[in-house]
Amino acid sequence: MERSQWGTRAGFIMAAVGSAVGLGNIWRFPYVAYENGGGAFFIPYLFALLTAGIPILILEFTIGHKYRGSAPLSFFRMGGRKLEWLGWWAVFVSFVISVYYAVIIAWAMRYTIFSFNQAWGTDTQDFLFNEFLQLTVSPGQTGGIVWGVFIPLVLVWAITLGILLAGVKKGIEMANRIFIPTLVIIFLAVVIRAITLDGALIGLEAFFQPDFTAIMNPSVWVAAYGHIFFSLSVAFAIMITYSSYLPKKSDITNNAFITGFANSSFELLAGIGIFAALGFMATQQGVAVSEVASAGVGLAFVVFPQIINEFPSFNGLFGFLFFLSLTLAGLTSLMSITETYVAGFTEKFGISRRKAVVFGGGLAALISILFATQGGLFFLDLADYFINQFGVAAVGLVEVVLVVWVFRKADLLKAHANEISDIHLGAWWKVSLGIITPIVLGYMMFGLLKMNILQEFDTETGNYEGYSNMFTLSGGVAVASAAIVFGILFSIAKWHKNQGEYDERS
Amino acid sequence: MSASSIVVMIIGMVLVWGGLAASIFHAVSTGKKKRNSNAANNL
Repeated sequence: MERSQWGTRAGFIMAAVGSAVGLGNIWRFPYVAYENGGGAFFIPYLFALLTAGIPILILEFTIGHKYRGSAPLSFFRMGGRKLEWLGWWAVFVSFVISVYYAVIIAWAMRYTIFSFNQAWGTDTQDFLFNEFLQLTVSPGQTGGIVWGVFIPLVLVWAITLGILLAGVKKGIEMANRIFIPTLVIIFLAVVIRAITLDGALIGLEAFFQPDFTAIMNPSVWVAAYGHIFFSLSVAFAIMITYSSYLPKKSDITNNAFITGFANSSFELLAGIGIFAALGFMATQQGVAVSEVASAGVGLAFVVFPQIINEFPSFNGLFGFLFFLSLTLAGLTSLMSITETYVAGFTEKFGISRRKAVVFGGGLAALISILFATQGGLFFLDLADYFINQFGVAAVGLVEVVLVVWVFRKADLLKAHANEISDIHLGAWWKVSLGIITPIVLGYMMFGLLKMNILQEFDTETGNYEGYSNMFTLSGGVAVASAAIVFGILFSIAKWHKNQGEYDERS
Repeated sequence: MSASSIVVMIIGMVLVWGGLAASIFHAVSTGKKKRNSNAANNL
């Protein structure tokens, strides 16, 4: 059976970069850097990139390339059923993320249209929560379907699944070859416009002003490692799946360096654009940048519409370009997340790609309707927190510990990468993977577990965002636990009898 | 902008964008070398 393959090296790199560059680069990195030492954050950030981000990227690229399968098949070939469950765990973490990530892209798509006449009006917060999302129910209640979210959601899934149906080369590669250059050009236009606004320098001063005392604080280093980890699409099963489509003779290490630095380059650009725009807004309102700086949904869908409102000219065009870039960044990431379970189901059960896309993607699309309801934002917020902290981060920690320490495959993988790559891996790679990454991720996980179990959040209930115990357990803990339970259950099921034939085209 | 902010901004840009440029340049130059050596072998 012929295994799908990338058409060109550039095609693979664009797909990997497209996966890594997502909404978090635009709405998370600038605020994380600002909150953790400003310009001084570059020191822990670059250290984390070189000792965790790129080493884990190399690890996952090498696993996928050597064992030539989706994450479950690659781990199965590496260590049998004792490792296969890890691949499925990562796949189910991706499945959960895909169901709510699609909804955020649907919001961005809708806001792209709203931009033309600034339909959000002057009170952008009221518009987002009350008019657009119709968030009138309590956390844990669904309410009715919000059609203004549901319709673009259908479109998001139609685009994503349509691309995946076309295959790796004609679908994912082709789409990324169009979307990524378009995204870069559009975002460059947004950044250039932002830095030419009144007050942009005030925003850039706030973003780059170094506070070197901050880097003595361990939490800043944890923030840097955490951000690099979530930003690069590692421990999602994505990079293993994508690299399994590489031809036999492919450079692994330099591809990882290009992907890692391209992701960081985009987020640095995002930081400049976002803070220049925030500086403009602070100047217009006569307040400090600290009063307008924010991250996440609030930054994109509340603060940015306000900035667009105050634009001197071409408000609609700026808004259109900004939300279009969010939509494109999201779509390239969503197709990579969805590909993990399409590839996994195809190989495990011997079904066609078409069936895996229709049933796997279709099921995800169906579940995502939950997040297009009136109470969808609460479900999304809780699922996102738990699946990121106790899904992605936990998979990453378990992955490096099992591969390096329990199954002792680091030398084997290093030899494979060195055999085909121009840049040879040295001791830094093993030290980064075997010592630095487990220590930092372990410390991070311990802190998170302690905070959640002992209910140490500064909220009324002590839970994340002050949610009730019932909702936290059913909407967060249960979702994160389900990913690992399904992972174990799927690893118990028998492999399709011809799984050994899923190999590369010679 | 203060001098320290400008210095940090420039260093950050050089390291991050320079790192990307260097890794792309390395990929392009090694790709060219391989193509040339393949062409020479085929002569």
